[in-house]
Amino acid sequence: MDFSIGEDRQMLVDTLSRYLADKADWKAREAAIESDTGFDKAMWQGMAELGILGALFGEEVGGFGGSPFDIGVVFGEVGKALPPGPFLATLMAGKLLEAAGDAETLGNVIAGASIATFAHEPAVSADGSVAPQASASGSGDSWTVSGAKGVVDYLGSADVVVVTADTGNGLAAFLVETGASGVEIRDYPLVDGGAAGELTLSDAPARLLTDDASAIDTAIAAGLVATAWEAAAVMEVLRDETLEYLRTRKQFGIPIGKFQALQHRMATVALEIEQARSAAINAAANFGKDAATRDRFCSAAKYTVGKVGRLAAEEAIQMHGGIGMTWELPLSHYAKRLTMLGHVLGEEDEHLARFIELSMAA
Amino acid sequence: MNLDFTPEDEAFREEVRVFLKEKLPKRLSDKVRTGQHLGKADMEEWHAILNERGWLANHWPKEWGGTGWSVMQRFIFETETAIAHAPRVVPFGLSMLAPVLIKYGTEEQCRHYLPRILDGTDWWCQGYSEPGAGSDLASLKTQAVRDGDHYIVNGQKTWTTLGQHADWIFCLVRTSNEGKRQEGISFLLIDMKTPGIEVRPIKLLDGDHEVNEVFFTDVKVPVTNLVGEENKGWTYAKYLLTYERTNIAGVGSSMAMLDRLKEVARTTMRGGKPLIEDPLYAARLAKLEIDLENMKTTNLRVLDAAGAGHAPVAESSMLKIRGTEIRQEINDLMRRAAGRYAQPFIAEALDEGFNGEPVGPEWANPIASEYFNNRKLSIFGGSNEVQREIITKAVLGL
Ligand SMILES: Cc1cc2nc3c(=O)[nH]c(=O)nc-3n(C[C@H](O)[C@H](O)[C@H](O)COP(=O)(O)OP(=O)(O)OC[C@H]3O[C@@H](n4cnc5c(N)ncnc54)[C@H](O)[C@@H]3O)c2cc1C
Repeated sequence: MDFSIGEDRQMLVDTLSRYLADKADWKAREAAIESDTGFDKAMWQGMAELGILGALFGEEVGGFGGSPFDIGVVFGEVGKALPPGPFLATLMAGKLLEAAGDAETLGNVIAGASIATFAHEPAVSADGSVAPQASASGSGDSWTVSGAKGVVDYLGSADVVVVTADTGNGLAAFLVETGASGVEIRDYPLVDGGAAGELTLSDAPARLLTDDASAIDTAIAAGLVATAWEAAAVMEVLRDETLEYLRTRKQFGIPIGKFQALQHRMATVALEIEQARSAAINAAANFGKDAATRDRFCSAAKYTVGKVGRLAAEEAIQMHGGIGMTWELPLSHYAKRLTMLGHVLGEEDEHLARFIELSMAA
Repeated sequence: MNLDFTPEDEAFREEVRVFLKEKLPKRLSDKVRTGQHLGKADMEEWHAILNERGWLANHWPKEWGGTGWSVMQRFIFETETAIAHAPRVVPFGLSMLAPVLIKYGTEEQCRHYLPRILDGTDWWCQGYSEPGAGSDLASLKTQAVRDGDHYIVNGQKTWTTLGQHADWIFCLVRTSNEGKRQEGISFLLIDMKTPGIEVRPIKLLDGDHEVNEVFFTDVKVPVTNLVGEENKGWTYAKYLLTYERTNIAGVGSSMAMLDRLKEVARTTMRGGKPLIEDPLYAARLAKLEIDLENMKTTNLRVLDAAGAGHAPVAESSMLKIRGTEIRQEINDLMRRAAGRYAQPFIAEALDEGFNGEPVGPEWANPIASEYFNNRKLSIFGGSNEVQREIITKAVLGL
């Protein structure tokens, strides 16, 4: 057994970590959040140039990594520094471009020349009704897609969208250009920073990427691995910041970390975060197994980071007292991000249910 | 045992309901229901409506404009107004300062300040906490030094809720550094327009401005603004903290929130079914409902004992903890119900007159920020840890 991430990956981590410390400090983050796009395009371009985006994909399509642990460490750094940007969108759209062998489109994405995002979950309208599955019609080189997708990451900045739609023979992935006819976009900010949008397609011209539905499942599984690693990293930041605060904040003449009531709570948080870290490792380690095993571990990880994420975020704020409630303290933004990661790609309960289902089928 | 309300109480409830139906402006209840921001004018409008009926200061003694209601009637009133989505009455002048003035202030102070609280002339804020004095309030440092007919005040208060609207602030200040820390604290009323006071906003994690820092530099305060005796402020402050506890559990507001949550769970689809039929979600909802029902009866038991003259100190701590946990849990379940739509956030939609399209379910926009904002419930008013300390010592004798 070997729990080290290896030399090459350590180099990747160091490069990314240095770059983010330099280019994505807290002030830059504030500015990015306030901007129309919700992220800093120059930072994105810089990361592409360093090859960070390429680390998410295999060599066959112009990347230089693409293993689940490569994905994990990149998203771990994202969780540590919290730069807003289309990381998950790039990963999931890119995995489907990779599956389709579309090295040209993916190459532009990896180079930062083009922004890609992934539109899968149906839109929900004001009265709570869920849009029907998007549908595709056509054949060969000539397809159109219609439907409505909800909360598509960084849609307003995207040049291309990988859209899932039903061909009548099952779910397939299509590439749609955001500038094409029949594409309508509503862009908005997110509560934890960054942006997303609602996508409405009316007979929008599309290119079929793959009609192998299992490729879509793989892309989602990669997204879950990434989300779990990001969440675990955010938790560790919250833990370290809170520990530091418990050591330095004094009330009643002593550091509040001397109160046993807080010590035991902090111990629980710390041990739970270790479990979340292990869950994230499990998801990456089982990524290459059969789909059912992979998905069970992905759901186990998403359930765990959802459950522990709530605890870690709430306890971090609580143990900081009033100061933990402020915008000025980065901690509150980590807490918000962690909580919102709980909503990405399915919530804790949904993954618990999925775990049960997959376990019963096994 | 009989848990029914008396016919008189039921008649009273009906009276309150009729009043709310007739007098609560739909514009205000809509704002409360949909989580929009209430401005100063909104809160003042509701205060004026209650005052016209003589119900604004319902817990004050009758001679000062109170109602003479029993604790049970007050509970019913608070519950019904919350269920009707009425704005919450701003507590600082009405529920915090006034009882202290009535008990410890001079006749003259009461005559001057109380009517102005009732008619809305003065907006009060609470100046207790300081950067270094939160849970350990007695360590406060803001200093008031006697100089002839005045005190000269220097120091800083923080977390001052709605201080940006305030005309006056009631402050705990240090007037002596001798003896026990608690015995050098005085209770001072300060006009916010006095030179040397600066109010700076603090932005909370949801982006909202509801708290402030207040700085005092050589602020001259007439000694007639002292409440009670010098160096006895701690006693008054403690009285203030334990006085208005009938509503600490927030039963009415939780009931209103739970109704809304259930409606959401019925209309939200998850995996092709209403969320309320999802076994895991249904279990969360059921546990919450059971907790609320249990707390409701606990609250009534405490009120019943209070009516019989028992001062509910430790019981208030229990109600504060459970009440805030339940409200936070409701916020959590709302957030879960929204699924991915918890994340989009259009800040302008919280302002009156927003007529843009909502994103996703029409109720979803404010719920993540409400969840984050309500993390404050377990921090302020004596943190839940501090409340547990009180239970440990006062009830359990450990
Ligand atoms: C939104 C908001 C509005 C507020 N409004 C007002 C207002 O209008 N006026 C006003 O005066 N104040 C106000 N407050 C301040 C509030 O009362 C304080 O935040 C609270 O007393 C906690 O103090 P603190 O923030 O300094 O945290 P600290 O006291 O530093 O506490 C940090 C953590 O340590 C824990 N802790 C402290 N001591 C102990 C102990 N002995 N044992 C176990 N755990 C302990 C606390 O529970 C908390 O988890 C407000 C606060 C907030 C967040």
